[in-house]
Amino acid sequence: MTNSQNRWLLSLPALVLIFIASIGPLFVMLAYSFMGKGDFGDVKPWTFSLDGWFNVFMERDIFDNTLSVADAHLTILWRSLWLSAVATFITLLFGFPTAYFIATRPKHTREIWVFLITIPFWTNFLIRTFAIQEVIRNEGVLNTALIWLGIIETPIQIMFTDTAILIGMVYVYLPLMVLPLYAAMERLDFKLVEAGYDLYATRWRVLTRIIFPLVKPGVIAGSILVFIPALGAYVTSRVLGGGKNLMLGNLIELQFGAGRNWPLGAALSMTLLVIVTMALIVYVRYANQSGGRSHG
Amino acid sequence: MFVMPTKAAGAAMGSFNKNGGFNIRTQTGFASIAFATFFALYVPMVVLVFYAFNAGDSIAVWQGFSLRWFQSAWNNQAVQDATFRSIWIALVAATFATMAATMAALATTRTEPYRGLTFKYAVINQPLMVPEIVTAIALLIVFSKFKVWTGYSGSGLLVLAHTAFCIPFAYLPIRARLEGMDLTLECAAADLYATPWQAFKRITFPLLRPGILAGFMLAFVISLDDVVITEFVKSGGQETLPTYMLGQLRRSVTPEVNAIATAFLAFSIVLVTVFFFLSRRRA
Repeated sequence: MTNSQNRWLLSLPALVLIFIASIGPLFVMLAYSFMGKGDFGDVKPWTFSLDGWFNVFMERDIFDNTLSVADAHLTILWRSLWLSAVATFITLLFGFPTAYFIATRPKHTREIWVFLITIPFWTNFLIRTFAIQEVIRNEGVLNTALIWLGIIETPIQIMFTDTAILIGMVYVYLPLMVLPLYAAMERLDFKLVEAGYDLYATRWRVLTRIIFPLVKPGVIAGSILVFIPALGAYVTSRVLGGGKNLMLGNLIELQFGAGRNWPLGAALSMTLLVIVTMALIVYVRYANQSGGRSHG
Repeated sequence: MFVMPTKAAGAAMGSFNKNGGFNIRTQTGFASIAFATFFALYVPMVVLVFYAFNAGDSIAVWQGFSLRWFQSAWNNQAVQDATFRSIWIALVAATFATMAATMAALATTRTEPYRGLTFKYAVINQPLMVPEIVTAIALLIVFSKFKVWTGYSGSGLLVLAHTAFCIPFAYLPIRARLEGMDLTLECAAADLYATPWQAFKRITFPLLRPGILAGFMLAFVISLDDVVITEFVKSGGQETLPTYMLGQLRRSVTPEVNAIATAFLAFSIVLVTVFFFLSRRRA
């Protein structure tokens, strides 16, 4: 472990495995996005074509060869961005008070609350999607309860709408927001809060001017942790959105199934990857910038 | 398990009232939102478990208590196959991932920064930074070619994919544990003429064991839970439990899926509990 040869030899298995089954395939996919489309799926090997990338944003009419903007794709791209942003905001709205509540519990009960957030966090993603589906179905608990209470007469159709996808994503990703927020709030110095009150600040002012700025790194980390998987959501939108309300992940899958347009699917995947990478870069920039400042 | 929230909530409320006067730590309405959040997190899972015990065929109309759906899931050949496949893939993938991650952690911690260290961090954490669907599609492309060229389409490909995305999860707790250990004991061993292998076997490994165990469990759970990558990589007849359930959700669902989910849930909760106490003892 002392010389550099050993250090490389030791890390080799991990590096090679990730190269073979994660990084390498991404480069192959990048190459595929620049190849011509095969007639029955796949690509025409070693043919160069920009059609895949072109088709992400534009489409050519099959009859008169005119060009138009690919509305369907842009709608789906926009829906993915919009739903992910809204889901992130709602998880923050619920996650922030929850994390604050946990962080202000006495030490011995705090661990129980953290544990209660950890369980859904480690519970199978699909099982939680299925659980929320049972609640929002027409015959589900929510509609049954609302009818029983006399608030509505006929069930509200939630399943197979954008709202269903939104509820599902908020439900599934909420623990991802709470945990980093809690980590930031646990270190919160309440002397600063006390100083605020001493200077006649209201609760709201203390919250917005003292607590929120101090835990901002946690807010950003939580938002990134929710936004990125939400943007790439595939299972949630497939189960809760049905066939109509596609998100980017489902559009990508479609190109490798019925769509039989692998270059387009590869180009769409790369587009998703670029958006996610940009979000990560913004995050890293921010984290480096505020890192020294937060508790200095 | 599900009795705990109310008990803990009661205790927490108590500490509120005790303070009576002005508490600088409370924020108006935050406790209510927190309770609502915990309620919303657990109700769907309780409902899911509840209907697993339904005697009727419906997941919405309660027709009395019965264990028939657990029995029917237990006797279902497809469920049995998927369960065994899920478990052995997770065991093998987690073992390989933990071995690779342990070695990588030994090479990347407790050292002065050296050329290529940042590169190694970036590569090891790369699977965490890419949306699952993107990795899944990329693997679909590569493996579909591989299957045509070599004629091999066995579960080895699934194991390979799982091993790769499990490595960063196994790496995190092992690295954390290593960083908390100083080099004094290993230096002492070397002073006493231990070979590097002896020092590792007798000193480093025993100290590192809780971290390795935590890493293995994390990797195991991550592999067991995976839906997206498995769904795109698997060949015909290679259903794991999550992909089997995903397939079932598209059809008309009977409480059998609830029963499978309940068993899965119970298993996960046991694992998480063990992991939680393991990592608590460490801290």
